[in-house]
Amino acid sequence: MARIPVRKTYKLYIGGAFPRSESGRTYEAEGANVARASRKDLRDAVRAARQAFPGWAGLSAYARGQILYRVAEMMEARRADLASRCAGAEEVDRAIDRVVWYAGWADKLAQALGSANPVAGPYFNFTVPEPTGVVGIVCPEEPALAGVVSRLAPAIVSGNTAVAIASRSRPLAAIELAEALATSDLPAGVVNILTGHKEELAPWLASHMDVNALDLCGADSLAPDLERAAADNVKRVTRGSPDGQSLWEIAALVELKTVWHPVGR
Amino acid sequence: MTEVERTHAAAPAPSGWEYAPSLESRDIVRLEARYGVFAGGKWLEPRSGEWYQTINPATEEPLAEVAQAGAEDVALAVQAAREALESGWAQLPGSERAKYLFRIARLLQERSRELAVLETLNGGKPIRESRDVDLPLAAAHFFYYAGWADKLEYAFPNRSPRPVGVCGQIIPWNFPLLMLAWKVAPALACGNTVVLKPAETTPLTALFFCDILRQAELPAGVVNIVTGDGRTGAALVRAEVDKIAFTGSTEVGKLIQRELAGTGKRLTLELGGKAANIIFEDAPLDQAVEGIVNGIYFNQGHVCCAGSRLLVQEAIAEEVVRRLKRRLSTLRLGDPLDKNTDVGAINSAAQLRKIEELVEAGKEEGAEIYQPPCRLPDRGFWFPPTVLTSVAQSSRVAQEEIFGPVLSVLTFRTPDEAVEKANNTPYGLSAGVWTEKGSRILWMAERLRAGVVWANTYNRFDPASPFGGYKESGFGREGGLHGLEPYLDFL
Repeated sequence: MARIPVRKTYKLYIGGAFPRSESGRTYEAEGANVARASRKDLRDAVRAARQAFPGWAGLSAYARGQILYRVAEMMEARRADLASRCAGAEEVDRAIDRVVWYAGWADKLAQALGSANPVAGPYFNFTVPEPTGVVGIVCPEEPALAGVVSRLAPAIVSGNTAVAIASRSRPLAAIELAEALATSDLPAGVVNILTGHKEELAPWLASHMDVNALDLCGADSLAPDLERAAADNVKRVTRGSPDGQSLWEIAALVELKTVWHPVGR
Repeated sequence: MTEVERTHAAAPAPSGWEYAPSLESRDIVRLEARYGVFAGGKWLEPRSGEWYQTINPATEEPLAEVAQAGAEDVALAVQAAREALESGWAQLPGSERAKYLFRIARLLQERSRELAVLETLNGGKPIRESRDVDLPLAAAHFFYYAGWADKLEYAFPNRSPRPVGVCGQIIPWNFPLLMLAWKVAPALACGNTVVLKPAETTPLTALFFCDILRQAELPAGVVNIVTGDGRTGAALVRAEVDKIAFTGSTEVGKLIQRELAGTGKRLTLELGGKAANIIFEDAPLDQAVEGIVNGIYFNQGHVCCAGSRLLVQEAIAEEVVRRLKRRLSTLRLGDPLDKNTDVGAINSAAQLRKIEELVEAGKEEGAEIYQPPCRLPDRGFWFPPTVLTSVAQSSRVAQEEIFGPVLSVLTFRTPDEAVEKANNTPYGLSAGVWTEKGSRILWMAERLRAGVVWANTYNRFDPASPFGGYKESGFGREGGLHGLEPYLDFL
């Protein structure tokens, strides 16, 4: 007699845990019942991201790079599962390589984006990039896996924490990825992933007063309203590429701090 | 005698500080009766048909009439900027654009006395500040960005920088010509053309700047100037521009961000602040007191990065406040054209009302007020340098931007508490740290959520030093290499 397989329940990823939606709602996507997150889940996710922010931003850049590289290792170990949730092995390879690429930026981005500034006075004046805080991400619908990875990696490598709303039509790859993140030394709350209806969740994310920046990559026709809501607390708004990698994707989500340090005998 | 003077009639008057007046002559400034809209290199009568009077806030004396530009005037200026962009400015080699900027920098230096006097006449700031800060920095800003114009590919390797297009720029009244320089210099260096709207109350140095453009023989339409109130600014935001750069209040910044939602126009915002100036017990106190004074009374506190919240370590709080009060009694308030004046006029009647209202709210919330004895002139808009003590963290005067010569004093015990309190506002523009310990300076600097951190100094500016805020203090940087990015698109 053939063994009956044990199926997986696809849930949210908040604060390092995998809860169901507090609303008890699900919706069907890719043949599975997927959690349909509520406004309350979104607030919980933002709270988890805010709590995780000082610790993650305070790690050394080297340590963040190590952890991101560890994420790639965990993804590599889950190649088959990940491939079954996206366009296939080729997309998985691209996504893993992209995480490795961003992992390497962790301890270089300050050199590429910062500067020493020759001011006319007795001061050592320098500018350093710093994470902006909690980044809200509206993931693209496609590609299912590379889309989430392309948006999350540049957001967190500088020390930001993130709340991502997954693709509505292809959410399973994001949750599969969350399972790799959960086993990769990434501190709880650095990445939080919500599945559900984008048009229902994104407005709450855009108007949340404890979110510092928005990546509207997958917002499509929702974008103008979300941009308007983002003004409530002067959020930085960017539209990242759904399947690309660049230092400038990191730069869009950092602040620049300039310090005047006195020079004297 | 004014109300303030009566209140403090019993306070000890400073002795030995009598100065004979030392007035800067205003003859060097020759004003026209009227200034229209400057578009396409020409002065035009405003199509709106509306004019308003701009005054000297120190005397309320009218200085000139300027255009209240309407939507049609703004559209004309934008069209002139578009034509200038497409008829050669954007294609001009960077090395040639640079020469125009160098010329402008030189002309600003050559005419700096005239412009400094005009800045003081129209804005109320002490001549010492317009002469020693605003003008030299404005010229330096043009020099700095002139040099970038033909080196952009080195600033952004692998990115193929090109101009954004026509930039709408809206500037405030606290550093009128300097803010013009902060906006116009990087925009032109990057090959853009601009339509600039000066603040309603301080249009005159921007209008004189048009004459500098004439002398520099800058091609017509590269810089266009439209004067007016908030309606003119709103028209510029809605016009066919590719980018808006705004410096002003957080409230208006949010309106602009909402207005531009979904339009694809680029935006940078430099908004308000409520900066903490943090004094540790090992700080050099005399130097720190000078820094506190410079942090909040410089330019009457009309500074977005003003050190308006003094956070002083508990053990030295009484001593610092005592020395501060003594220092305040030696500040000279009065005629901004007097070279001895430290504190000039409040920029407008509206701003004076706002300051008075907030200080009143602070008193109602339990703050104790100290103002040194000083005679306020009978005409014009004036507010004495003010210290508020016993201020609660939640008080309006500890949370809201006053934009006036009003300092709120709070205390802390540990460095962690200082960081916590300093960061506890929606703003994040700047901060000051005073301590002899270098490691503590950098420890604090890492933790303060602010775009500029000054250590053992305050309110320093330099064209090479990027400036701009975290959180609700805005986004984008002005100054330095980082100040180029807002004016470039990349392939």
